[in-house]
Amino acid sequence: MSEYVIIGNGTAAVGCIEGIRSADSESSITVISAEEHHVYSRPLISYYLEGKTDLEKMKYRPEDFYTKNNVKLIYGKAVKCDSKKQFITLADKQKLHYDKLCLCTGSSPFVPPFEGLDKVKNKFSFMTLDDALALEKALDKKAKVLIVGAGLIGLKCAEGIAERVGSITVCDLADRVLSSILDSKCAAVMQKRLEEHGISFLLGDTAVRFEKDKAVMKSGKEVRFDILVLAVGVRAETELARQTDCEVNRGIVIDTSMKTSTDSIYAAGDCAEGYDSSIGANRVLAILPNAYMQGRCAGINMAGGSSVFDDAVPMNSIGFFGLHCATAGSYPEDGEVCEEQVCGGIRRLYIKDGRLYGYMLIGDVNRAGIYTSLVREQTVFNEEDIDKLKKFPTLAIFSYESRRKKLGGVV
Amino acid sequence: MKRVYVNEQWCLGCHLCEYNCAFANSGIDDMVKALKGKDIFPRVHIEDGEDGIHFAVSCRHCKDPMCVKSCIAGAISIEDGVVKIDRDKCVGCLTCVLVCPYGAVAPGPNGAAQKCELCLQNSCGAPACVTGCPNNAIVYEER
Repeated sequence: MSEYVIIGNGTAAVGCIEGIRSADSESSITVISAEEHHVYSRPLISYYLEGKTDLEKMKYRPEDFYTKNNVKLIYGKAVKCDSKKQFITLADKQKLHYDKLCLCTGSSPFVPPFEGLDKVKNKFSFMTLDDALALEKALDKKAKVLIVGAGLIGLKCAEGIAERVGSITVCDLADRVLSSILDSKCAAVMQKRLEEHGISFLLGDTAVRFEKDKAVMKSGKEVRFDILVLAVGVRAETELARQTDCEVNRGIVIDTSMKTSTDSIYAAGDCAEGYDSSIGANRVLAILPNAYMQGRCAGINMAGGSSVFDDAVPMNSIGFFGLHCATAGSYPEDGEVCEEQVCGGIRRLYIKDGRLYGYMLIGDVNRAGIYTSLVREQTVFNEEDIDKLKKFPTLAIFSYESRRKKLGGVV
Repeated sequence: MKRVYVNEQWCLGCHLCEYNCAFANSGIDDMVKALKGKDIFPRVHIEDGEDGIHFAVSCRHCKDPMCVKSCIAGAISIEDGVVKIDRDKCVGCLTCVLVCPYGAVAPGPNGAAQKCELCLQNSCGAPACVTGCPNNAIVYEER
């Protein structure tokens, strides 16, 4: 019998619990949750404000999840980790012993030290359910909203509240929206859709100073607001790991079995820096599917099984006001870029040496997963098959035999 | 468990399975009313390749499905081997479309994702695509 402790109660923690239970149904699992909520899906907070989901449906796993998996859930904050004696100390001084520990501490909003920010009363982050509930209370049909950050979080927030406020301005130091996943051409398509829904942008510009209800921009422009949302970026939550001898870069460094450099400690999710096969190096891939898969892999290994997760790639599916966007992989500069404009959208494939390295699809994202699997599996094709791929994602590029296995067998 | 399997060599590319699927999942008992003049959203689709090849693709009900692991809403689960989408919980982010290596998940009429659930949830009780296939190019069996 082992004692498993998981710090964090998000997607990676669920993966970890399900991973452990696939191999060990007996031992105790304790989850320490800093947020006093049943596990919910953080990316759904914008859908909540938009009215597309509710608090009940946001639960990432059913109500009886912890009971069914025999998990002890403690609401509290882990403040200390003693990796020699294998103890965790909580803020209320409670001590917990672990045989195997998994850090699923996620990330937290990064707020640059803006001058005068303390004078702003109505300011919010947009990361947790409590953030969304607090923001919701401040929403007003006449409110002017300034969102700092035109990334995934800032823009989903904008979409979520668009119908519930007077106006929204989004600013970002980058010269385009969604700069972490889209190039300028694709970003322009997305930006247009957002603008059609009343959202204005100040790009290549950022706030340098705040007053009570006003931001002074680098360009000298002044933006008045009633509500300020700070969505500049996130940082991996690595505090506990730093107290041990775990190697920490931007995130807690893990190998392909999700082990940290310290015995008996694993890490998964947004706090971890794992192997990204698209660049052949470690990096923080703060995306939900990755959190689950890392968590699950960690859990299986904690319970003595052997699982490897070595084919993670960056990938995102996100939509704004009905315009969808799917991206995955990497975008080598020395390869071929195949671009096609398709009914109000765009398809860009990044091809090199017979391989699909990455893609960006806007508009028609149907069957994008075929592309993602080719990126993930690093499959090499001849020119004829690559030509087929350029038209649309298709399984026809595989050989008859390979298709027979895929569609005629158990996979 | 029984799954839908494809016998590519028998597929004529008639697309009947798509119509039967859309009808079976429409909740309407008259095929004409269900399909005529409407955009249809079948959960099986025929790929018509060059060189005259045709084959049907629908959810493989994978043993370790990417869609289940990737769903941001926790809306996809496995029940007795059948991969199911809780369309009420789905927010239509299409992450499942992003990750399915078979291209077997797609948005339905209201934007929520949908895919083959073997007609177990509708009145057919067995896959309508299989029942209606004129050439046994899709079968429903244990393998």
